[in-house]
Amino acid sequence: MEKTIQKVESVSPASPINLGRKIRPGETLIQSILFFCGAVSILTTIGIVYELGKEAWLFFGDPEISLVEFFTSTNWRPAIGEYGVLPLVTSTLITSVIAMLVALPLGLGSAIYLSEYASVRVRSILKPVLEILAGVPTVVYGYFALTFTTPILRLIFGQDTVSIYNMAAAGLTMGIMILPLVSSMSEDALSSVPRSLREASYGLGATRLETAIQIVVPAALSGIVAAFIVGVSRAVGETMIVAIAAGAGPNFTFNPFEAAETMTGYIARISGGDLSYDTPDYNSIFAIGLLLFAITLTLNLVSRQISRRFREVYE
Amino acid sequence: MKDFISSATQDDQPFEKFLRRRHKIAKVWQAVFYASTLIAIVFLATLLVNISNRAFGYVAVENRIDPDTLAARPLDDLTEEELAAVIRERLRPNRVRTIERDSGALEQQTWDQLYAIVIEEIVQPKVVKSYPLLESLFFPERVRLDVAENYPQAELEFRSWLNTRFLRVPMSSRPELAGVRTAVLGSMYLILITISIAFPLGVGAAIYLEEYAIGENRINRIIQTNIDNLAGVPSIIYGILGLAVFVRTLGTFTSGAFFGVEGASTGRTLISAGLTMALLILPILIINAQEAIRAVPNSIRQAAYGLGATKWQTVWYHVLPYAMPGILTGTILAISRAIGETAPLIVVGASTFIVSDPTGPFSNFTALPIQIYNWTTRPQDAFRNIAAAAILVLLISLLSLNAIAILLRNRFSKRI
Repeated sequence: MEKTIQKVESVSPASPINLGRKIRPGETLIQSILFFCGAVSILTTIGIVYELGKEAWLFFGDPEISLVEFFTSTNWRPAIGEYGVLPLVTSTLITSVIAMLVALPLGLGSAIYLSEYASVRVRSILKPVLEILAGVPTVVYGYFALTFTTPILRLIFGQDTVSIYNMAAAGLTMGIMILPLVSSMSEDALSSVPRSLREASYGLGATRLETAIQIVVPAALSGIVAAFIVGVSRAVGETMIVAIAAGAGPNFTFNPFEAAETMTGYIARISGGDLSYDTPDYNSIFAIGLLLFAITLTLNLVSRQISRRFREVYE
Repeated sequence: MKDFISSATQDDQPFEKFLRRRHKIAKVWQAVFYASTLIAIVFLATLLVNISNRAFGYVAVENRIDPDTLAARPLDDLTEEELAAVIRERLRPNRVRTIERDSGALEQQTWDQLYAIVIEEIVQPKVVKSYPLLESLFFPERVRLDVAENYPQAELEFRSWLNTRFLRVPMSSRPELAGVRTAVLGSMYLILITISIAFPLGVGAAIYLEEYAIGENRINRIIQTNIDNLAGVPSIIYGILGLAVFVRTLGTFTSGAFFGVEGASTGRTLISAGLTMALLILPILIINAQEAIRAVPNSIRQAAYGLGATKWQTVWYHVLPYAMPGILTGTILAISRAIGETAPLIVVGASTFIVSDPTGPFSNFTALPIQIYNWTTRPQDAFRNIAAAAILVLLISLLSLNAIAILLRNRFSKRI
């Protein structure tokens, strides 16, 4: 020991060892491996865009299929060469609108309750329940839609008006599925409003409700809108509930009690059968997938922009 | 509500009355907010009741042949030899030969196997009507009357569709005999493959983003934004990606042909599904792991550097052990997402009817949610019953996973 210390002492004044400059191949290797792990996500995105784009290009490359027809025709019957995506889009819209009509008021209401009214103890019971609701697989919601929501709807509105497979049941059930998402995102936004604002409001004599509606909700509006948009994006991309409960076969209708296939339902049905490569059927799921990807990506980006740009910053 | 304030001052309304009115409105709305929370909980309860309602209850069973007429004594008392004799007597020789070819000579089979053959091939019980649990519990008389009236041949018995037999036997085209064995095994294999791919990649990416990607580097910012966006991509899109890349383009690898494995003829295999699922849960896993790593106090890193540790030594010996409970919790949550995911599996090409257990990563497969989807979409009532039983299996495994996650969180969160 003594010897080495002496040695170091005798060497160090002459040439100081700079460990920071030392080249460490192991460290560099590890860093590159870790960078690769991060880059996998980029590769995934590139893969999605490339594959969807490539097959969709082949789909639209077919002389029988034109972009104009794709977006304007109201018939989707690949068997006789009619490719109008509108019926799939309208049914997606209808189920999503119904879902949001359920999820937004209930989700916002429960968020306000949890953040402004509930005591710590009540919160600690209610929040896990909402988390369980959020964790139920969507195929279970699909089962629920078919065996519970649809019979109830048929009981209320009559067997003749409501068909066995219908968009209303799918939409309502989807609303319940999205409710916890809207609720927890809105609650996060509401709780991040500083306490001083509430205190000031109470100090001026406002009731709890007046504080919540006139002070806290406007302050958290960007977060709530973002939650709403993410909810819409989830509804548009949801597959199993509509595949089970909304019916098979495209149908251009605005009647929520009729069966109509959504974009995701179509992809699930076509790819569930025996699918051979490079047929119009095969390529069409990529074209519709690309449309779906574009819609949900736009919604997610808009949501992020809103929550970032319009956030009210306090303190 | 601003109107109330202005009108109150203008009309010189008594202050007390105005205040009472404000409080009344506040109370009504509080009830509304409370109700919307309650509705969510009521829905969860309804969902569970609705599923249990179908998974248990009275069933009216009609046997093709009354089991008591098969032999002099009740079936349960017969020995192996007697059961084998009954089978030889009642079944056509061809059928007996098929059974022997599949599972060995009758004389060498166990009592349980022989008994199962007698029930499945000779007695052939058929559920002609199943009653929901609530009706079975509260109106058993009505159920009995209904059976006596409409199904005089049938016997009434209380059945739990979720039973040990249901977990042990594979898929069948007859709901009375079907089970979830292959589906549960398929799901387990799938999760194993998914996790062994996604966990190292996800934790690696999280370490890179939190520990190495310091400073406003453009590539790092792109990676972060990209991960956030990927988390919002619908799962069916991942399915399409998996179909195009893993099933089709890499088909020679994923079908096992490249490795000389006798497996599936196409790339619609467990490994394709596992890879697809790994990509699907990767963003969730990364985001959770990032949060766990971010929560490690900076003083620990400083102390390690102060003692002369390199960056990787700091990460490996100090940051990761602290962050591990959080990372594991996040991983379990990601797994529970993967277990219930159905849409990508449909697109990647899960088979709906498979009776043999999966043999390895290159075999065709089915999974629990696929089985539920398949049974739900069949028109016969009895399939709804077994779908409900399968849903219970799925929900119970999800709940136990979540319980483990919560336990982990509580146990380790006190350490730091």
